[in-house]
Amino acid sequence: MKDIKCECGHVNPHGTVLCEACGKVFDEQSKDKSLLDMRYEGSARRSQTYNKSIVDKIWNFFSSVKVGVWLIVITLVASAAGTILPQEMYIPPTMPAEEYYEDQYGWFGKLYYELGFNNLYSSWWYLVLIAMIGISLVICSLDRVVPLYKALKAQRVTRHEGFLKRQRLFGTSENVIEQDIAGVRERLKAKRYHIREENGDLLAEKGRFSRWGPYVNHVGLIVFLIGGMLRFVPGMYIDKVLWLREGETKVVPETDGQYYVANEKFILENYDKERDKTFEAAIDRAGMVVKNYQTNAVLYKRVGPAIPGEKPELKKVKEHAIRVNQPLKFEKFALYQVDYKLDELNTMFFSLTNKSSGKTFGDIKINLYDPKPKYDLGNGYQVEVLSFFPDFEFAESGEPTTKSRIPNNPAFVFKMTSPEAPNGETSFVAIQQTIEPLGDNQYKMAFKGIETKNVTALTVRKDLTIWIIMLGGILFMIGVIQGAYWNHRRIWVQHKNGEIWIAAHTNKNWYGLKREIESVLANTKINIPIDQIESQKVDKEGV
Amino acid sequence: MKKRRLVMRTTILIVLAAAVAYTLYANLTKDNRMKVEVGKQAPDFALVDMEGEKHKLSDYKGQGVFLNFWGTWCKPCEAEMPYINNQYNHYKDKGVQVLAVNVSESELAVNQFAERKGLDFPIVIDTDGQVQAAYGINPLPATFLIDKDGKVVKYHTGTLTESTVREFMEKIKP
Repeated sequence: MKDIKCECGHVNPHGTVLCEACGKVFDEQSKDKSLLDMRYEGSARRSQTYNKSIVDKIWNFFSSVKVGVWLIVITLVASAAGTILPQEMYIPPTMPAEEYYEDQYGWFGKLYYELGFNNLYSSWWYLVLIAMIGISLVICSLDRVVPLYKALKAQRVTRHEGFLKRQRLFGTSENVIEQDIAGVRERLKAKRYHIREENGDLLAEKGRFSRWGPYVNHVGLIVFLIGGMLRFVPGMYIDKVLWLREGETKVVPETDGQYYVANEKFILENYDKERDKTFEAAIDRAGMVVKNYQTNAVLYKRVGPAIPGEKPELKKVKEHAIRVNQPLKFEKFALYQVDYKLDELNTMFFSLTNKSSGKTFGDIKINLYDPKPKYDLGNGYQVEVLSFFPDFEFAESGEPTTKSRIPNNPAFVFKMTSPEAPNGETSFVAIQQTIEPLGDNQYKMAFKGIETKNVTALTVRKDLTIWIIMLGGILFMIGVIQGAYWNHRRIWVQHKNGEIWIAAHTNKNWYGLKREIESVLANTKINIPIDQIESQKVDKEGV
Repeated sequence: MKKRRLVMRTTILIVLAAAVAYTLYANLTKDNRMKVEVGKQAPDFALVDMEGEKHKLSDYKGQGVFLNFWGTWCKPCEAEMPYINNQYNHYKDKGVQVLAVNVSESELAVNQFAERKGLDFPIVIDTDGQVQAAYGINPLPATFLIDKDGKVVKYHTGTLTESTVREFMEKIKP
């Protein structure tokens, strides 16, 4: 593995195709071609040349663009597969995921679950794919940008004949007067070319920085990935849901018990046909359309130290109406409106009624979150709650039982004591259902009504990574613009064999380069260089 | 020159591999990353029991604490209650305290449950969920074993048998 010394005196790294300085062709295969492959200036991509240790082998694997493209294709296919069925976080929490997928989607759902597609985007193999794309990006970029930079830096004004001849735009002219060349030089300068001269030869170059566009873009992507990675660092990213009933005050998760939030009221407003005449037709067509989801929230801060469980001393920080996209913000946190549940049962009213006379002996009000064991109605009338089932169902054994602590379907066993029945009568009362297990009663608990409360759900969000992700996005766009809106153009005007040779190269937009050359060479005796590809076939790369 | 390149490549690959390994580790452990870790100090809390007596965890320094989180509707919780009660009566004079934290239910439901099951140990209700949040409770039942120095010795979720309860109590006996 030796370096290559060119006849021009420049020492090139092993694997170089074109001399970095003068452009002489080293590669035997390229010598036979009429045009040069100018990618990466014919520089030696190191990875392609050293292949010795395991480190080199890993490096070379990731350095391959082919590998990179395949990684992206595989990731795309996998990402698409994740959208065939809903991800686990979006399925209703009514049954466990392992049952849900099979129950809803049959054998395919089962397979989907067993392959781990239910949590695809956080599965280890998906993350490994993303990580490999990241590694491929870093190594591909490093492996190309360094040699490219060196080759562009080392390039000399005077180029080898073989190099000039094999450029896509190439032309020769005889009997050119020096004045014409001076004129060309001036006009190139006017077109913002940097001109370098050596023994009367010219190299005009502009827009070299466009070549760094893809690498800036890749740096942006890597910064973006780092931002994504930081989300896994504890404390950097928080995304929790907090359910809050009207009138409730709860600690805000992940604030170490420092902050509390109260839900004063949850409001759901619809568009009103009468008031918003403009929307009448739309409302007729679509039915109810929600205008506003709003939680009137109050934020409190804990004063002094308190240990969990003890009633904290709270100081009001601020009130805020949380609407969609109008979060309540404090410190690095934001509380967003995300979900709601209307009319959750909260209180039930009954009255103790004599079944035959219909006479009532007092009403009771039962707070379903805190029912009292006994309600005394005076004059020897009393109601005891023997059992309370907030979310009533019959167990397999036939016993009444509760499914959860939320009063979705409350049921009671009451013991009603009256002067006529001093030992009490037992009655089982559920919604639209009364059972008198110990024979006919004289009294009943007549259902009077309910009170409901709305529940709001707030997203508790803290994201310290968003700035890094935004920075990545900005760098990405700068790279795209840099690479897309500028072209790296070079024009060589050189004395060879008593003639004037003109060759030109651009990394894109050959049409633009040709027009530029035409205007520069106008009114001179120098021939316009010929497009050696177009002379064979139609230019595909044109504008 | 060649050596420098090898060092360079190895360094870059190691940095990349470390970043990937950390991300994978953090992602795969995020679901079972406990708020309260075994070997660490158990977060202090103070709750009032059904008799109106205040129980502060740090007041039980010098004793082992069998900390159980439960709900009346939770069948496995119900199943293990008698075992805990038996062993409580056996170990209460040997320096093991049982604290049963109910998860935000009504006093009525808890009292009736305790009466039906004949439970002797102190039961406290974590009404606003602060203690559950501090311990990161999910799912039920959840049991923490806290030794005489206030350190978490073990975390267990799921039903306990009588022999496991005994084994647990033995573990934290001072």
